[in-house]
Amino acid sequence: MRFFARRAVFYLFTAWAAITINFFLPRMMKGDPISAYLQKNQGKISPEAADALRTLFGLDTGKSLFEQYIDYWRLLLSGDLGRSFSHGLAPVTDVIGTALPWTVGLVGIATILSFIIGTAAGAIIGWRRGRASELAIPAANFFSSVPYFWMGLIAIAVFSSALGWFPASHAYSKGAHPGFTLEFIGDVIYHGTLPALTIVLASLGGWMLGMRNMMITVLDEDYITVAQAKGLSPARVVTRYAARNAMLPQLSSFALSLGFIVGGTLVMELVFSYPGVGKLLLDATNAKDYPLMQGLFLVITLAVLLANILADAAYAILDPRARQMEA
Amino acid sequence: MTIPTTTALEASEPEEPRVGISTLQRMGASFAMFRNRKSLTGLIILGVFVLIAVFGDLIAPYGPLDKDYTALKQPPTWQHLLGTTHMGEDIFSQIIYGTRGVLLVGFLAGILATAAAVAVGVASGMVAGWRSEALSALTNVFLVLPGLPLMIIIASQYDDPSLFLIAGVLALTGWAWGARVLRAQTMSLRDRDFVRAARANGEPLWRIITVEMLPNLMAIIASSFVGTVTAAVLGLTTLAFIGIIPITNLNWGTILFWAQQNGAFPDYWWWYVPAGLCIALLGMALALINFGIDEYVNPRLRSEGERARAQRKKGVTATSGVTAVRRTPSSPASSPHDETEASLV
Amino acid sequence: MTALEFRSVTKRYRVRGAGHMLALDDVSFRLGSGETVALVGQSGSGKSTIAKIITQLERATSGEVLFDGAPLPRGGRGLRRYRQQVRMVFQDPFASLNPYHTVRHHLERPLRLDNVVPRDEVEAEVRRLLQRVRLDPAATIGRRPHELSGGQRQRVAIARALASRPALLVADEPVSMLDVSIRLGVLNLLADLQRESNLGVLYITHDLATARHFSDRIMVLHHGRVVEEGTADDVILRPQHEYTRALRDASPDPDRHFATPTEGALS
Repeated sequence: MRFFARRAVFYLFTAWAAITINFFLPRMMKGDPISAYLQKNQGKISPEAADALRTLFGLDTGKSLFEQYIDYWRLLLSGDLGRSFSHGLAPVTDVIGTALPWTVGLVGIATILSFIIGTAAGAIIGWRRGRASELAIPAANFFSSVPYFWMGLIAIAVFSSALGWFPASHAYSKGAHPGFTLEFIGDVIYHGTLPALTIVLASLGGWMLGMRNMMITVLDEDYITVAQAKGLSPARVVTRYAARNAMLPQLSSFALSLGFIVGGTLVMELVFSYPGVGKLLLDATNAKDYPLMQGLFLVITLAVLLANILADAAYAILDPRARQMEA
Repeated sequence: MTIPTTTALEASEPEEPRVGISTLQRMGASFAMFRNRKSLTGLIILGVFVLIAVFGDLIAPYGPLDKDYTALKQPPTWQHLLGTTHMGEDIFSQIIYGTRGVLLVGFLAGILATAAAVAVGVASGMVAGWRSEALSALTNVFLVLPGLPLMIIIASQYDDPSLFLIAGVLALTGWAWGARVLRAQTMSLRDRDFVRAARANGEPLWRIITVEMLPNLMAIIASSFVGTVTAAVLGLTTLAFIGIIPITNLNWGTILFWAQQNGAFPDYWWWYVPAGLCIALLGMALALINFGIDEYVNPRLRSEGERARAQRKKGVTATSGVTAVRRTPSSPASSPHDETEASLV
Repeated sequence: MTALEFRSVTKRYRVRGAGHMLALDDVSFRLGSGETVALVGQSGSGKSTIAKIITQLERATSGEVLFDGAPLPRGGRGLRRYRQQVRMVFQDPFASLNPYHTVRHHLERPLRLDNVVPRDEVEAEVRRLLQRVRLDPAATIGRRPHELSGGQRQRVAIARALASRPALLVADEPVSMLDVSIRLGVLNLLADLQRESNLGVLYITHDLATARHFSDRIMVLHHGRVVEEGTADDVILRPQHEYTRALRDASPDPDRHFATPTEGALS
C-alpha cells in the first residue's frame, strides 16, 4: 500500500506542477492581447467573464501574485477556464468538450491497436528468429522514423485521392446528423479509418522493436529454459512466461511515450481536419485565442497524466516487484 | 606459521611487454560501440547528410528561393532533379539547403538537452535523500508535460525565433527522458565497489563523477543524445509544417508546409514525397546508430545477432534457447538457404 | 603504534515495514599494527558491517570506534590521515576496479591524492608497487581490468591499498571469489606484505582454515555478536562456544574417518 501512496503523492505533485506552470505561462509571455481584446469588445462580455479572463491571464494587477494564484485555483475548481475568443465567447470548457471525445476516441483506439499489434508482432519476431523476421526490423525501423503527419499526407494521397477508398478529412460527412444511429456511427468509422490507420502504422514500429529486444533478453533467462524443459508447449512458454515478463517494460515505455503520441495526433488532426483538440489548438494558435490555448494545454496535460496513472496501475498489477520497489 | 611460500612471479600473459596503449587506440576502443554493421550504416547515412549540409552551396544547382518562371510545377527533369514548386523554385536545391536547418537545430537541441540530462540525472543519482527526490520529481514533471503543445504555445509567442531559441524549446521538452535513465544508472553505479573504493580513498566528489563514473555512463549518454536529436528533428519539422516556425529557417518541414499550403496534394508528388523521405531516412540513420549502441551495451542482444547469423549460415533456423537438432547430415546442396540477407540487419 | 579499536559497538538498521535489524551487537576488539586478526563468521553475521564502519561508509548506532585513541575523524586533515592510514581490499575483484581505467590509473590516483612521493617519482613508485605484489610491471601497467585474471586483479587491488603506505589493512574476504587454486598464493602474499611493512591486518572471512593459517588472533562472529575470541590455535583447537565448534567441524578434515559422527550442527 505504501507503494500506491508514494505514486499518488507523485501524481498529485505533478498535477499541481502542471497547473502552476499553466498559471505562469501567460504571465511569462510578452504582449497582452487580452486587454486589447477586452477593450475592443466592451459590451459583449459579461463582467464575470471579463474578470475570469483577467484572473487567468494575470491582468488583475491590483492583487498580489499569491492572491492571483488563489483566484486562479478557485476559477479552475469551479470549472471555469475562460471564454474563447474565436468561438464567439463560448466558454472554453464547452468548446474543448465538443472536441475532446473525438481525439480520445481516435487516439485511444489507434494507440491501443498499435500497442497490441506491435507487441504481439514483436513477441513473435523475438521468438522466431528467421529471415522474414529479420527483414521486418528495418521495415519497422523505417516506419517508426517517418513523421506522423507526412505519413498521413501520403495516406491521403494514396488511399483517398488516388484510390478513393476513404474520405480525406473530417469526422463525418457534411449533412450527417450526429447521434447514436448506426448510420452515423458507420459514417464516423468510415471517416476515422484513415487517420487511425496512419497512427497505427506510424507507431507500430516502435512497439515492435522494443518488444523484440525485450523478448530476446527475457528468452535468455533460465526460467524460460526450465519451462521448455518441463515440456510446456511453445505457445504457452511464449505467452505466459516470456511475453508476460517482456511486456512490463513496454508498459512503462507506453506511459512515457504518451506525450509523444499526443504530439503526433495533434498534427494528424491538422492533416485530416479531424475536429479534435489538436486541430482546436492549432486553430486557436493561429487565431491568437489565448484563453482557449491555455485551457487546452491544461486539459491535454491532465489527460496525459491520467493516462500515466492508468499505465502505472496496470504495471503495478502485473508486476508484483514494482509494488515493493521505490518509485 | 610455516607455509610453503611461492615466490614465483604471478604468471602474466607472455608476448610483448605492452607498456600502454596510445591515446588514439584508447579513443578507438571507447568508440567500439559504433563498430557493428548497424551503426556503421547509420553513421554513413548521417555522414552523407552532414556533407550535404556543409557543401550545400557547391552541390545545389540553384538557390532555394530562385524562381524559374519557365518551369512551374514541373515533375522531375534533368534540369530540376526533383521538380519545381508552384513558383518555379527547384525542390532539389531546397532539400539540400533544408538539410542545414535540420541538422543545425537538431544537433544543437541534442547537445543542450543531453547536457541538462547529464547534469540533473547524474546529480540526482549521486546525492541521496530529499535532494535526489526533488530532482527526480522535477524530471518526472517534465516527462509528463506533453511536448508538442508546450512547444506550440511557446514558439507562437515569438515572431522570429532564432535558431538557439528553437533549439532551446526543443531541448526543454526532450531532456527529461535522458535524465531519468541516467539517474537510474548512476544510482546503480554508486554502489559498485570501485566507486566505494574511490570514496574510501578520499577522491573528491567531482573527480569521482567525472573520472570514475562518467566513462562508464558513456554508452547511455551517447544513446540518449542520439535519441534526443531524433526527437528534435521530428519536432522541428513538425513545428515548421504547422507553420509556427517562420519560414526564414528553411528546413524539410518548411518545404512540406509550402507544399500543403499551395495545393501540392495529391498530384505533385515530387514536392512532398522527397522531404518526408529525407526525414525518415535521417531518423532511420539515427535509430540505426542507437541500435548499434544498444547491442554493444546489452551483450545478450549482441551475441544474439551474431549467433542467429552464424546459425543461419549453417542452415539452421533458431528459435530461442532451444538447441536445434539436425536430423540429416548437412550437405550444402540440400539446404536451400540463400545468401541474400536483408541489407540492413 | 597505530591501533583501531571497537568498543561496545552496536549497529542497527531500520527495515522498511519491519522494524529494526541488529547487524552488530556489542562488538569490541582491538587491531594494532604488526598483527593479523581474523574475523570469522557466516553470511549475515555482521562482518561486512564492521568493514563498512571502518571505512566510514556507515556509522555505529552506539558504542565507540577509536583510531589511535581518538574517535574516528570526520573531516579535514584528520580524515585524510585516517584514510591514508587505514585501507581496504574488497571482496570482488571484478567490481572493485573501474573497468574503464588502466592499472596505472588505479595505482596513480592514491599516490597523487596522498602525495606519497613527489610527482616525478610516481611512475617508478607504481612499478615498485606492482613488483611488491609479484606482478610484472611492464606487462600489467597498461592493462585494463578485463584483460587481467581474477588473481591479478586482486593483486592490483592490494597494491592500490598499499600505495598510501597505510598502517592498517582491512581485507574483506579477499580470496572468496578467486579460484581455489590461487587463493593460497594471494594469502601468502598478504602474509609477506604484512611482515615486510609491519601492517595490522583485519582479515574478514568465512573460512576458518585460512583464518588459522594466516592470523595471530581469531574472533568468531555470530548474528552480530562476538561469541569467541583468542589466539588462532586456541580458538581452533580448543573452541569454547558451540558455534565455533560447529564451524570447525564443518571444515573438511582428511584425517577424520567418515563413519565418525560429527557433533553439533550449524545453527
